[in-house]
Amino acid sequence: MSAVATLPDAEEERPLLKVSRLSHYYGSRLGCRDVSLDVYPGEVVAVVGESGSGKTTLLNCLAGRLTPTAGSVEFRMRDGRLRGLFSLTEAERRLLARTDWGFVHQNPADGLRMTVSAGANVGERLMAVGDRHYGRIRSTALDWLARVEIEADRIDDDPRAFSGGMRQRLQIARNLVTRPRLVFMDEPTGGLDVSVQARLLDLLRQLVADLGLAAIVVTHDLAVARLLSDRMLVMKGGEVIEHGLTDRVLDDPREPYTQLLVSSILQV
Amino acid sequence: MTDMDDARFPPLSNSLPRGERGPVGGSGAGADAGVELNGALSPLVGESGREGAPGAVLDDQANLRTYSFAYLDEQTKRMIRRAILKGIAIPGYQVPFASREMPMPYGWGTGGVQVTAAVLGPDDVLKVIDQGADDTTNAVAIRGFFQKTAGVATTTRTADATVIQTRHRIPERTLQAHQILVYQVPIPEPLRYLEPRETETRKLHGLEEYGLMHVKLYEDIARHGHIATTYAYPVKVEGRYIMDPSPTPKFDNPKMHRSKALQLFGAGREKRIYAVPPHTDVVSLDFEDHPFRIQTFKEPCALCGAEGVYLDEVILDDRGGRMFVCSDTDHCEERRAEGHRGALSGESR
Amino acid sequence: MATRIVVSGLSKSFVMHLQGGVQLPVVQGVDFSVDAGECVVLGGPSGAGKSSILKMVYGNYGADGGQILVRDGDRLVDVASADPRRIVRLRQSTIGYVSQFLRVVPRVSALDVVAEPLVSRGVDRALARSRAREILSRLNVPERLFALPPATFSGGEQQRVNVARGFVTDHPILLLDEPTASLDAANRAVVVDLIREKKRQGVAMLGIFHDEEVRSAVADRIVDVMSFRAAA
Repeated sequence: MSAVATLPDAEEERPLLKVSRLSHYYGSRLGCRDVSLDVYPGEVVAVVGESGSGKTTLLNCLAGRLTPTAGSVEFRMRDGRLRGLFSLTEAERRLLARTDWGFVHQNPADGLRMTVSAGANVGERLMAVGDRHYGRIRSTALDWLARVEIEADRIDDDPRAFSGGMRQRLQIARNLVTRPRLVFMDEPTGGLDVSVQARLLDLLRQLVADLGLAAIVVTHDLAVARLLSDRMLVMKGGEVIEHGLTDRVLDDPREPYTQLLVSSILQV
Repeated sequence: MTDMDDARFPPLSNSLPRGERGPVGGSGAGADAGVELNGALSPLVGESGREGAPGAVLDDQANLRTYSFAYLDEQTKRMIRRAILKGIAIPGYQVPFASREMPMPYGWGTGGVQVTAAVLGPDDVLKVIDQGADDTTNAVAIRGFFQKTAGVATTTRTADATVIQTRHRIPERTLQAHQILVYQVPIPEPLRYLEPRETETRKLHGLEEYGLMHVKLYEDIARHGHIATTYAYPVKVEGRYIMDPSPTPKFDNPKMHRSKALQLFGAGREKRIYAVPPHTDVVSLDFEDHPFRIQTFKEPCALCGAEGVYLDEVILDDRGGRMFVCSDTDHCEERRAEGHRGALSGESR
Repeated sequence: MATRIVVSGLSKSFVMHLQGGVQLPVVQGVDFSVDAGECVVLGGPSGAGKSSILKMVYGNYGADGGQILVRDGDRLVDVASADPRRIVRLRQSTIGYVSQFLRVVPRVSALDVVAEPLVSRGVDRALARSRAREILSRLNVPERLFALPPATFSGGEQQRVNVARGFVTDHPILLLDEPTASLDAANRAVVVDLIREKKRQGVAMLGIFHDEEVRSAVADRIVDVMSFRAAA
């Protein structure tokens, strides 16, 4: 019993997103402090905590939507090199945001164009990266609507005519159509009925597994974290107080706050 | 820009230095630049091109000393010319400018009028059209305005004009290098339909993120089976900026492509000026499987028999009688003068 | 026979912060090993720490001290100190787990619940489903239930879905947390058969069985957890 290997293979060792000592202050008020995190291809990381714990601030910093006060966020580009998010030009960052990244907002209206059809919502990213063939764009849109369980005959309806669950599924399709490598989700099931939530969660699980997506999911719902994520971070007062394998953090929590959080779940 | 005639259209950098021509009729020093911008063009205008006399105002030295040439004060014209030059330097880019109050309401061509006032020189010959016609209210009013404030010669003949201000049409006759076409623009931002935030549309232009424009065309095809946008049809200028060609019919879009004339766009309410310099690529957006097409008409002009021109529908009676005639009135008249006749021309004469 | 699991000097206690930080020792000095083709059963009364040991081997509970070496292909991995991602991969490739309770995924059919571990190991979905169908039938789950989500199943049906999900793969290590707890005699016998088959295939199994009959039918050795009882 020698040669104990705890290191994974070199190939998989390369993180997709590398976060080092990230802090963000709103003026003198703390958003999040000293967060370090590596996200690897194909894994889902949940960030949990109460409202105001800093999890959304963290997510926005990671997605380049907020400039951190200190620390760095690096992303592995398709050429294999890690690039600092904030050393990219705005044009490069926006290109990333509509190709290699997805961002699923809690409120679908924030992530959708409510006045254009479902098909155009899904097709927009394709057109943005230069697809100029209507027939192809439309058939890809149909394919994605089917994947998120939206009837084909709704393709020309605009999302104002959709239910909350449908809108959220449409937002997901719109994000995934360019096959991003990393998806940020901010409370993706928030504001939905429980049954609609379940359907969405199942769908997300399946898509994440089928596409081999890496995802960072911010949620206050521990059940969502358990179903979707491999690993999780627990945040409190802007800091990560516990992190690890999702089921271990939930079943064998170490920190007082995590124990409190876990024991506060309503059992059904 | 290979077939550009340098003598006819000197490089812009040379067109501004002042002093080549003296101030005309004692107008303020600030007018020089404007005079020269057009001065370079005006020698080509034959005397025969002048329809009316230069006008009483030009002879009235007292008036010219008291009032600015072409209504605007010299500082304003200078400011507008700067915006125009910047617009020419960056084809299709919307240059903000300090749009002035004009003695007409927004929507009546306040932007176009300011651009015209800034480029107009005493030797210019002005033509004003509205929907292709020289005799509609808007055209008549603006023509009268410049007759009064600049004393310039006016014409309805496209061939004779050096400056043409237009609303909603480009003349059928191919414009030449000595001509300037000034468009009146209501909403200069082609992305506005889908993106209400000005900060965001500017960013989209800056980063050349134009996927949205195709979203609009996609919607057209999805809803109507074809690209149903028939006017203000978006174009890409010199492979870079997406531009709204103002509410001209898409029929006119191909005329903008590599036109020998300078094309200037003024939006008074929105305070934007943009330009397409001569010989510039202007390409209408489309899809590979839904290529850009202009409107076609089943029958020729009922008056002059012209084909391949843009036609207006004219209601003749209350029993469904109607005819289609050239929207470009000058073009129609010219053809009739040459002896061309359409199906209804006998009856109407 | 190759050794698949070696546990040495393992200790575990819980600190209950919500109860004023009281420390509950569970086990200490846990030493045992499991060979390929062998079924080792953890013995001892309720509360002795059997389940905690099993969960530590799976990586579900953290260990305070000691080692849990697991053979993963040609490597040894210490589950007690491995990083989370290593454990995720270990579960995918090496360690299967049959828990007492099914954690139901909403809206996923019983068939897919069972097929999922195969799919996530790269087996073609159609093949995974046919294997899932096979094992569900073997465990006497009626065909009409295959397409339904197990959330509404009876306890026994859920447990059988769970067993099927655990046994459907060919993980070289299988952890069994009372897989027969709520099964009738006929289905207990099926599970015993399944375990024997796994043994013949060289799978190393570590389990907890309260049912005396099943335990004696499958256990090659019994490790008495009481001997690792931590002093309170």
